[in-house]
Amino acid sequence: MTINTLAKGGCHREQMACFRKMEKVIVAMQDPDMGMKMRNQRLLITVIPHAMTGHDIIAWLTHKYRISEEESLHLGNMLVKYGYIYPLKEPRCLVLRPDESPYRFQVRPLTIYLAKKNIRKQGELMEYEKERYSLLHKRINHTWDFVVMQAREQLRASKQRRKADRIVLECQEQAYWLINRPPPGVNNVLDTGLERPNNFSCRVTLVSDFIIEACRKALGRNRVKSSICLEGFLKYSEQYLNHDPIMQGCLPSNPWISDDTAHWTMNAEIVPVPTRLRVERWSFSFMELLNDAMGRREFMTYLEKEFSAENLYFWQACEDIRHGESSKIVEKVEDIYKNFLAPGAARWVNIDSKTMDKTLEGIKRPHRFVMDDAQMHIYFLMKKDSYPRYLKSDLYKNMLAKAIVPQETKKSVFPFMRRQRHSSPSPAQTATQAAEEEGLAKGAGANSAAGSHF
Amino acid sequence: RKYMRSPPTPEMATQEVPLNETLAHLKTESETLKSKLEEERAKLHDVELHQVAEKVEGLGQFVMKTRRTLKGHGNKVLCMDWCKDKRRIVSSSQDGKVIVWDAFTTNKEHAVTMPCTWVMACAYAPSGCAVACGGLDNKCSVYPLSLDKNENLAAKKKSVAMHTNYLSACSFTNSDMQILTSSGDGTCALWDVESGQLLQSFHGHAADVLCLDLAPSETGNTFVSGGCDKKANVWDMRSGQCIQSFETHESDINSVRYYPSGDAFASGSDDATCRLYDLRADREVAIYSKDSIIFGVSSVDFSLSGRLLFGGYNDYTINVWDVLKGTRVSILFGHENRVSTLRVSPDGTAFCTGSWDHTLRIWA
Repeated sequence: MTINTLAKGGCHREQMACFRKMEKVIVAMQDPDMGMKMRNQRLLITVIPHAMTGHDIIAWLTHKYRISEEESLHLGNMLVKYGYIYPLKEPRCLVLRPDESPYRFQVRPLTIYLAKKNIRKQGELMEYEKERYSLLHKRINHTWDFVVMQAREQLRASKQRRKADRIVLECQEQAYWLINRPPPGVNNVLDTGLERPNNFSCRVTLVSDFIIEACRKALGRNRVKSSICLEGFLKYSEQYLNHDPIMQGCLPSNPWISDDTAHWTMNAEIVPVPTRLRVERWSFSFMELLNDAMGRREFMTYLEKEFSAENLYFWQACEDIRHGESSKIVEKVEDIYKNFLAPGAARWVNIDSKTMDKTLEGIKRPHRFVMDDAQMHIYFLMKKDSYPRYLKSDLYKNMLAKAIVPQETKKSVFPFMRRQRHSSPSPAQTATQAAEEEGLAKGAGANSAAGSHF
Repeated sequence: RKYMRSPPTPEMATQEVPLNETLAHLKTESETLKSKLEEERAKLHDVELHQVAEKVEGLGQFVMKTRRTLKGHGNKVLCMDWCKDKRRIVSSSQDGKVIVWDAFTTNKEHAVTMPCTWVMACAYAPSGCAVACGGLDNKCSVYPLSLDKNENLAAKKKSVAMHTNYLSACSFTNSDMQILTSSGDGTCALWDVESGQLLQSFHGHAADVLCLDLAPSETGNTFVSGGCDKKANVWDMRSGQCIQSFETHESDINSVRYYPSGDAFASGSDDATCRLYDLRADREVAIYSKDSIIFGVSSVDFSLSGRLLFGGYNDYTINVWDVLKGTRVSILFGHENRVSTLRVSPDGTAFCTGSWDHTLRIWA
């Protein structure tokens, strides 16, 4: 983008893709047939040739990319901010104005410099300069004439110092420096954040191995036809459409829009009566039911009636091992064995003999995933058997029947007063209180804070 | 001539082979396998997503506005995460500050100054009682959120993860007890919070890993990561193995996010496109791009139903995509510098963006 970066041999990686794309836009704008119509633009009393108005730029972008004027203004602004187009009026301010303000295409200083030199001293460019020159020529092929013209203009201007040319030159330079040395308060568009990636040349063989291994595995996998997979997306989006507040709104109102937290209160983790949408969602998948605290509680009640609650208790205990502290694994595995797997256990779970044998063997050396097979077996048992029956049960149907459908709140008008936004207790606060209460109840020192379980 | 230290294949176990020859051999083999894989994937690709979606009703006018602006960071906001209570968020910035806000009231509830700059990763614990963060310090630290006003949060800090380069992303798994991290050192890792022990590491990216997301699946054992090597990899958390790999982006992948069903994930890249990858079909199934969109995508997330994909871009805008039809539904303006992070709230009522303009915005 600048002489410096070109000299160093390259721009920041992530910006390369953007610059190439912006150049594409600029090149399209300069296309002799479909590009912008440039003409003489008036700047006070001076006439500047080969210029265009802000209004024209926006109109061209709107038409070419079929976008809104607002988006064209934004895109055009980016082109100005990055210096591809510079303003002739108020050159200190790199902003695209949607009016008759004149603008011109910026040509890279290096390009002009080399072109100037070439014109001045035909064929006397240094070797590396020649290379650069031809490289640049290839890159900006159809704007080459424009470059040569710019160079000629500059040479002429320095000889004759015509006012128009001087203005153009000043503006050009101004834009250049604004980008490279942005004044305080202006975004530095060349700021790209942290340098990345890191150098990994030493890992090349390791990675090639990895790729080969991954490819071999991938070749062996079972794939599903696209038509089946894609139908799945349609079904899912349709099923959840009414539950998506951004798509369909939410009842009684979206708290962020109305400042009313009723929606959250009604959908708190445990409520006396859940909303209809929430209860409906339990029927979408077994996971939805289990992920909702109230849903899980209801399901447990149903299983108690069916005398198969041990399955859910077992599943929960296994989850606790998988996601709990490493230090408690051994003790928890022992508890599970005692309560669920040992012969005559109080809550004995019915696992097939193969899985049971494997699990009992694994318990001898307990680790985080030792219960995985057994847990999955019970999970799928509940999913295929108990869950569908629960959905057909009176327990579920009654729950659905008495579930609340909140009234939509009409947007209240408070002409003189801003609605108060109520704060809510932080989960950390609740945990602190709970821990304190526990401490008091145990009669131990009540100095425990939320951080104590770490 | 350079010689290898460790041979890649059994046949070469006892020989010393010139490095560049072996590399060339490996390269050809991997190229051949890759094209074979593409052939296999293509065989089952009988229809495009937008074709299947033709029968779906189009989306109407889309109006989303900034509903809250959170001001308080003194420098670029780099990352944010939602609390499960649907209204609190944690955010981190370039100057080392990590702030916990009640986004609804816009009050700041906690603030910590990290001993490093560029805090690129932060996450809220599922319990709501702690936050994790890290960046140029190459670590991931956990801060319990005490409400004792006299307590210095930094005093109870717990160092959990240690990488050999910057921390780019972190996420708690289903509980406060485990954290998944990704790093500029090219690896991802799973850690036990209590002991700081490394439980599993994930090797396979050829460059910095920039992002990760945990799968919402029934068996809950996989996650996806994206990196500077333009690859998105799906990993088995238990074994450390890479199960699937996708390489169709033309530049760094800055963000990955699972589709709510867990059957697919979206990615956002410096190549200015977002893409959708189906895990069962094992291929890319959609590209979300437009000629007028020139700048890279920093962050993506789905609306609750998965119908919409929100992308935060380096040109300060947010583009909203119809996931099924592949069209752009809306473009949102407001930030005054790059959008660096974007997350939809846990109940889908809003999404939050963080920007280099020092602010965070809630959109609904």
